[in-house]
Amino acid sequence: MNLSMRWLKEFVDIDDNITPRAFSEAMTMSGSKVENYEIEGEKIKNVVVGQVLGIEKHPDADKLLVCQVDVGEETPIQIVTGAKNLTVGDLVPVAKDKSVLNNGTKITKGKLRGVPSFGMMCSVSEIGVTVNDFPYTIEDGIWVLQEDCKVGDDIREVTGFNDTKIEFEITSNRPDCFSVIGLAREAAATFHKPLKLHTPVVKGGNGDCSNMLDVKIENPELCKIYSAKVVKNVRVKPSPRWLRERLRAMGVRPINNIVDITNYVMLEYGQPMHAFDFRFVDDAKIRVRLAKDGETITTLDGVERTLNNTNLIIADANKPIAIAGVMGGEYSGIVNDTTTIIFESANFSGSSVRLTAKQQGMRTDASSRYEKGLDPNSVLPALERACELVELLDAGDVMDGIIVDKHFDENARVQIAFEPQWTNKFLGTDIPEKDMIAYLEKLECKVENGMITVPTFRPDLQHKADIAEEIARFYGYNNIGTTSVSGGSQGKYSPRQQFDRTVSQSMLAMGLNEILTYSFISPKYYDKILMPENDTLRNSVVIRNPLGEDTSVMRTTALPSMMEILARNYNNRNSDVYLYEMCREYIPTEPDKLPIEKNVLVAGMYGNDTDFFTAKGILETLLEKVGLKNYDIRASSNEYTFHPGRCAVLSVNGEKLGVIGEVHPKCTENYGINTRVYLFRIDMDILYQYADNQKHYTPLPKYPAVTRDIALICDENIPVIELQKTIEKAGGKLMETVKLFDVYQGKQIESGKKSVAFNVTMRSKDSTLTDEQANSTMQKMMNALEKIGATLRS
Amino acid sequence: MRNQLEEIRKSALENIKSADVLQDIETLRVKCLGKKGQLTSILKQMGKLSPEERPVIGQLANEIRAKIEQAIEEKTKEIKAHEQEKKLLAEKIDVTLPGKTVKMGSRHPLTVVLDDIKEIFVGMGFDIVDGPEVELDYYNFEALNIPKDHPARDTQDTFYITDNILLRTQTSPVQIRVMEQQKPPIRIISPGRVYRSDAVDATHSPVFHQIEGLVVDKGITFADLKGTLETFVKRLYGEDTVVRFRPHHFPFTEPSAELDVQCFNCHGEGCRLCKGEGWIEILGCGMVHPDVLRNGGIDPEEYSGFALGYGLERVCMRRYDIDDLRLFFENDVRFLKQFD
Repeated sequence: MNLSMRWLKEFVDIDDNITPRAFSEAMTMSGSKVENYEIEGEKIKNVVVGQVLGIEKHPDADKLLVCQVDVGEETPIQIVTGAKNLTVGDLVPVAKDKSVLNNGTKITKGKLRGVPSFGMMCSVSEIGVTVNDFPYTIEDGIWVLQEDCKVGDDIREVTGFNDTKIEFEITSNRPDCFSVIGLAREAAATFHKPLKLHTPVVKGGNGDCSNMLDVKIENPELCKIYSAKVVKNVRVKPSPRWLRERLRAMGVRPINNIVDITNYVMLEYGQPMHAFDFRFVDDAKIRVRLAKDGETITTLDGVERTLNNTNLIIADANKPIAIAGVMGGEYSGIVNDTTTIIFESANFSGSSVRLTAKQQGMRTDASSRYEKGLDPNSVLPALERACELVELLDAGDVMDGIIVDKHFDENARVQIAFEPQWTNKFLGTDIPEKDMIAYLEKLECKVENGMITVPTFRPDLQHKADIAEEIARFYGYNNIGTTSVSGGSQGKYSPRQQFDRTVSQSMLAMGLNEILTYSFISPKYYDKILMPENDTLRNSVVIRNPLGEDTSVMRTTALPSMMEILARNYNNRNSDVYLYEMCREYIPTEPDKLPIEKNVLVAGMYGNDTDFFTAKGILETLLEKVGLKNYDIRASSNEYTFHPGRCAVLSVNGEKLGVIGEVHPKCTENYGINTRVYLFRIDMDILYQYADNQKHYTPLPKYPAVTRDIALICDENIPVIELQKTIEKAGGKLMETVKLFDVYQGKQIESGKKSVAFNVTMRSKDSTLTDEQANSTMQKMMNALEKIGATLRS
Repeated sequence: MRNQLEEIRKSALENIKSADVLQDIETLRVKCLGKKGQLTSILKQMGKLSPEERPVIGQLANEIRAKIEQAIEEKTKEIKAHEQEKKLLAEKIDVTLPGKTVKMGSRHPLTVVLDDIKEIFVGMGFDIVDGPEVELDYYNFEALNIPKDHPARDTQDTFYITDNILLRTQTSPVQIRVMEQQKPPIRIISPGRVYRSDAVDATHSPVFHQIEGLVVDKGITFADLKGTLETFVKRLYGEDTVVRFRPHHFPFTEPSAELDVQCFNCHGEGCRLCKGEGWIEILGCGMVHPDVLRNGGIDPEEYSGFALGYGLERVCMRRYDIDDLRLFFENDVRFLKQFD
């Protein structure tokens, strides 16, 4: 919302020595945030009114003229120009030597085709205005001034191009501040000045219009009041400069006096207005009703719109003539031969206007005001003000009487208990009661007998907390003290949060970088990771209004996200990439129930020395760190994303904990990755459930250990883990560790077999092991191993 | 015999002096002092001496032996020291060659900043709680004073799943969930992902992160809000940070405020960084609206509280001078490695 300071000063006396910056700062701190301000023509320097005294042809150029121009100095100055619209005696803007135009261009004396020129005569755009602002002038050519001015006057002063525009950010709870009067009220309270409101006075005397029009609201729940007044003998012409100037500063283009009046009143009162040509209102009937499905209207912007039965419209006896609160119809608008008009001022339901504007894709100045909820009590004053302006501008003859259909109690007021003690306790302040009353009365809240009566233009004031805010912002937020919350409280990370942190720290310590990815993906990503058509994970939470297909479903697996990032790094030629993400997967439950948000850890990597066992080593280290024991790891060829011969599933207590493997070459190809990629995915909720990070002290051994190496020959399909578990079991109490140190196939080994070598450490808690004890344990191991088909390598 | 002994002493000491490798010393030792050495063989002839001469010569021989042994010992030390010196010289390396680094990973920059923020709040007695990202309309809007036709819904373009389920547009629904589950005193923060249907560009992302804060207890005041947040901001940005509270509007707090810090670059003068305002908007906050407390099952006549909401990406971008939000989700390792 832009505000003209000139207009504002009609309502509040803001000292001229308050700079725009100081004004903005004070308004911001009292709750009306200023985004920006701009001083019209601020850059213009040394541009004055000049009078053309003589015009001669340029001796060496057909298209140039040499003018003598009086700029109020001792002698006239010579200016060479190419303009054709000048005659002797014209008053024109002259940019003298060493002057600056509105856009920052510097003008200095020079020569044009050999003839000295001491400045430049300016067009409207060089000053920074348009032909809309000064309708008597032309676009191409020198601005021949028709202002009340004399030679040598500053151009900004004589054209009024010296207002200050303040741009406010108005919050949605303050529809009243979408108006000059609303902001003036805030400014008056901020600067402790009286607010000078004006009551419109209409002379009338041109016959009564009360019976000229039949107005009826058919949907009173959507329209509290509809009022109209008729103006005869309309004289459509440009508005006077003072009015055009104010519209310009507020960012509204002047059009003609009638349209300008409706805009002026909207800006001043915040109450949108509309004007119909009386001729085009069939049967002089106005109906405020919901549209019929399929009814059409061509709006002022020339677009034909199809309506539905949720759109509130203004209709005559036969057809829609306006979309209520949004935009009028093209057909019934003001044209040059309009003679009789109807001014409309009405109050429509905010939510209805908002919905219609959204459906029709047309947000207008009117709709954006209505949708925040306007004060029905401003409808009639605004209508009076419009008619007053018609008389002031001599734009027509205002008729007496008024046509109103009304469905609300204009005397109803919200009352809130005035509780100064509670307020001070709530704010942590010590504001005197009389100061509180003074702040509230500035805002036109009456305080009487312990009750606050709220004006109807402040629908946001409903509760004593709302009153506390009004008091706080005029007392000054920054004058309120700072205290710390009393009462001790112990902040802490929950065990689960500590666990997540441990996992994260472990991943970082092992050289993996943390990534964060979007939670939504394309359903096609499931294809990319080779998920079968009928897999239940294809059933995702679907976004009804996604930005695009690639962000349209909530992922049920975080693997595609990891693959995307690995692919991006691969494409960016990053070598040896190790990544992890701790994130959520979203598993649908029942329709209209929230999904399960599962926490997972996904790691992904590729690199020169990276293989399955690199990934597995990272995973095993992690599981050891968090204290997960007794988990089961088995080869799996059923995990679709993975290489069927290089993939394992981890489980604990019969629950699937996760999966690890080399990514299937078809999948890496889908991502354009031309190297082997390794992934694992762990269900963090299950991991947390079974991890046991309770640490217990185990005394260091007192007696020496015996170590033996054993080399076995067995079928190549026997997993090493099976051999190891057999050894561990057969070793019984004496078994300390079994460490694999070699797996070999090739020369000297029969084909289809492999050689596996372990280093076995045995120790007794109570004594030094004898050779016999060690030998007999080794024998037990060999017996057990032979049963599963492994023999000692000779 | 005396002459012989003197001769041995002389030649031995000279030889020792001129020796420069350990082996020569050893050879000399054997030659002079060994079982078959010169000194031993002379002493074997002691029997030929007169009883008067014997002790004198014996003493002399022992003296000479001690002298030689001492000389050998000294020389050995000297040679050893010399040899070590030579070895050390030969072992010289180029210490400017790169070290054998241990590969470590880096936290995501958003995590780095979030961890700092969590530490500060935990230090101030806050717990950390989580909430669902796929959320009911009720918690995200209705219970926070934003009914179906509220204009504030326009400013938060929402991803809907069904009429009643959406992707949360803010972390504020956690306020209601916490109040439903926990009686005051409440002192929590809740960081997490939020979603708005903003097309991706340098300053917009459909996914971003917020941190919600909520304090509810008897007698919580606006001054408490100011004190707590000022402490937080000063711990995060430095003790000399200048803070101001400015009135604002949020449907779920009353009074509401925005907290600005004075521009670090221009100190309030106004510059390009702060868009000429001299201040940079940091977070939104306010006293919890009585209706919101009621929706959380807490009696606003008995309790009061304050809440805050904080955008993580913006803080992170400002801290590291990152000019493009998209980098956070592209996760190029060359980017990721710069912050931790």
